[in-house]
Amino acid sequence: MWSNRPVLDTIGLMNPTANYLAPAAGTVPNIEGRFGQFGGRYVPETLIFALDELTAAYAEAKADPEFQRELNDLWQNYVGRPSPLYFAARLTQAVGGAQIWLKREDLNHTGAHKINNTLGQALLTLRMGKTRVIAETGAGQHGVATATACARFGLPCVVYMGEEDIRRQAPNVFSMKLLGAEVRPVTSGSRTLRDAINEAMRDWMSSVEQTHYIIGSVVGPHPFPMIVRDFQSVIGREAREQSIERIGRLPDAVVACVGGGSNAAGMFYPFIEDTGVALYGIEAGGRGPTPGDHASPLSYGSPGILHGSYSYVMQDEDGQTCDVHSMSAGLDYPGVGPEHSYWKSVGRVEYRYCEDTDAMRAFDLLAQTEGILPALESAHAISQAMRIAAERKPTENVVVCLSGRGDKDAGEVARLRAEGKWPNSQCAP
Amino acid sequence: MSSVDDLFADLKRSGRKALIPFVTAGDPDLAFTADVIRTLLKHGGSLCEIGIPYSDPIADGPIIQASYTRALQAGIRLRDIWHMLGQLSSTGVGPCVTMVSYAIVYRYGLETYVAEAKQRGVAGMIVPDLPVDESEKFSQLCRQHDLSLIQLVTPTTPRDRAKRIAANSSGFLYYVSVAGITGERRDLPTNLVENVAWLKSQTELPICIGFGISQPEQARLAASVADGVIVGSAFVRRMAEATTPLSRAKTLDELAKFARELAESLQ
Repeated sequence: MWSNRPVLDTIGLMNPTANYLAPAAGTVPNIEGRFGQFGGRYVPETLIFALDELTAAYAEAKADPEFQRELNDLWQNYVGRPSPLYFAARLTQAVGGAQIWLKREDLNHTGAHKINNTLGQALLTLRMGKTRVIAETGAGQHGVATATACARFGLPCVVYMGEEDIRRQAPNVFSMKLLGAEVRPVTSGSRTLRDAINEAMRDWMSSVEQTHYIIGSVVGPHPFPMIVRDFQSVIGREAREQSIERIGRLPDAVVACVGGGSNAAGMFYPFIEDTGVALYGIEAGGRGPTPGDHASPLSYGSPGILHGSYSYVMQDEDGQTCDVHSMSAGLDYPGVGPEHSYWKSVGRVEYRYCEDTDAMRAFDLLAQTEGILPALESAHAISQAMRIAAERKPTENVVVCLSGRGDKDAGEVARLRAEGKWPNSQCAP
Repeated sequence: MSSVDDLFADLKRSGRKALIPFVTAGDPDLAFTADVIRTLLKHGGSLCEIGIPYSDPIADGPIIQASYTRALQAGIRLRDIWHMLGQLSSTGVGPCVTMVSYAIVYRYGLETYVAEAKQRGVAGMIVPDLPVDESEKFSQLCRQHDLSLIQLVTPTTPRDRAKRIAANSSGFLYYVSVAGITGERRDLPTNLVENVAWLKSQTELPICIGFGISQPEQARLAASVADGVIVGSAFVRRMAEATTPLSRAKTLDELAKFARELAESLQ
């Protein structure tokens, strides 16, 4: 297996002065935080100064070699980057099409891509002289990654999490507490990620002078979508270099799941100017296309305002946010990051969706062919990647972002199986 | 000139201050909301701020959130709110301004929202999640229809920016007393009077103070430096008790009494 690991020297992470935050493509967002027409800052006046402060702190940090060095060092020695690009031979064989490669973000410390961003934002928290951190979480991966970064830097941390998500992602709740974070259950609305963001925003309204809000996805008001994308771009930058090294050229297609869209934004951004590389973002199709049964705003929604930015969203005709559904807590969100709306509008990324049952089949197949339990979120990307690979020739290559590991989901998978809600798979008990 | 401007001109002539109660539309139904607005404007209220229920109100505390949730669960629709507001203004009840999320305005259509508001006799808008930097187009539409677009200044607003907000506001300037969400508070910040006094020196617009004001003594303090006060959660909490026809009558009496107490404390 070791031979599957890339030779690190050429990846760039071994170079402590490499600037991983330099723009890879385009000039979005503009100074007003616009990705084309999407993005912006639709938040109460109370928060504007904090967004200005964060914008300035991030610009300074980006230009500071010491910040780069510190973040690269953490990514390398604390997270374990670069994450491998793994050739999934048995999955490829089972699908019978293009070669399938997995970008192994599940092997990161804390088990998902979320840590790439939380370490960067924790460093920004310290630079701004703020003494407390808050976060929202859906699947709990961002909550764990924030709690981890805060423990690492000695910052007090409060994580808002919907009651429904606390139920279905119990192992992560326990981890957050072990790491010293306070988990505050959110009982309003649908008790999921969207309500957790509302509650975190309300906390921030009252605590903004001392508190930094480490948002977990490429959503929210400017500059969050840009900052989170930049920190997550390490995924795509490595995957791009690893592809050149392992395959000898760029992949033909890149696939990632999209809830708020942080792993996808990080994966796609370094490939944006590589127009020969097809990019696929996979939303949660839930139980089907009926409103309320899915969480696919790019597929079924329309542009509107949610959580401080202008982007695709599931809303009724009065502008009320609709309830959405996905079995995966991390994708169970009615909005999406503004840059994804932009990429959709310019046709650079194709957005599809994967329904719950297809994600469950992909979960089983990856477990059985490769010995890897994917997060339910990532299983959506695996499922569509299989379909995309099946339509392509064996000489082609598809890279999938395996954004997180599935251990957190074991209990929920067991429950769904016991209730007969899991499709029959060959090795299912 | 909107009827908000007329109101403040009248108040200035008579040396009085504005009491602006906040009323959630449709909690528990619009017939009661209409009764509440009539009652409050008769018993000391100068102008009603009508909260348009929204599913994700990040600037609101538990009391107003819960009232929005009740109204939405009861099936409140924007078109029904317009109908109620139109009926009130056609019988001479007013003025009213809507407090509405930009999510709703955008979905409804900026032009449509402004035109509908004008037609229903609404005097202005407060759009708390539309900061001055994003408000140019909407502000222009409001001006065209003689509607006030009331902008907010907060304790975290830098002074240069506060001047810019004041220059772009109309009707009055809404000073948010605390960095935080709506809700009743025991104490107002110690530098409130100083901050508002500075703001007064920068603008000709009337300034009203809101967020956290729930008692006559607080209203008196705020009115000592401002042109009026906005009281939200303290009214909404009382309205929430009106669950039966009998309790509705009793609640209206209590709201009238509370509004009179607040109004007296202002003068």
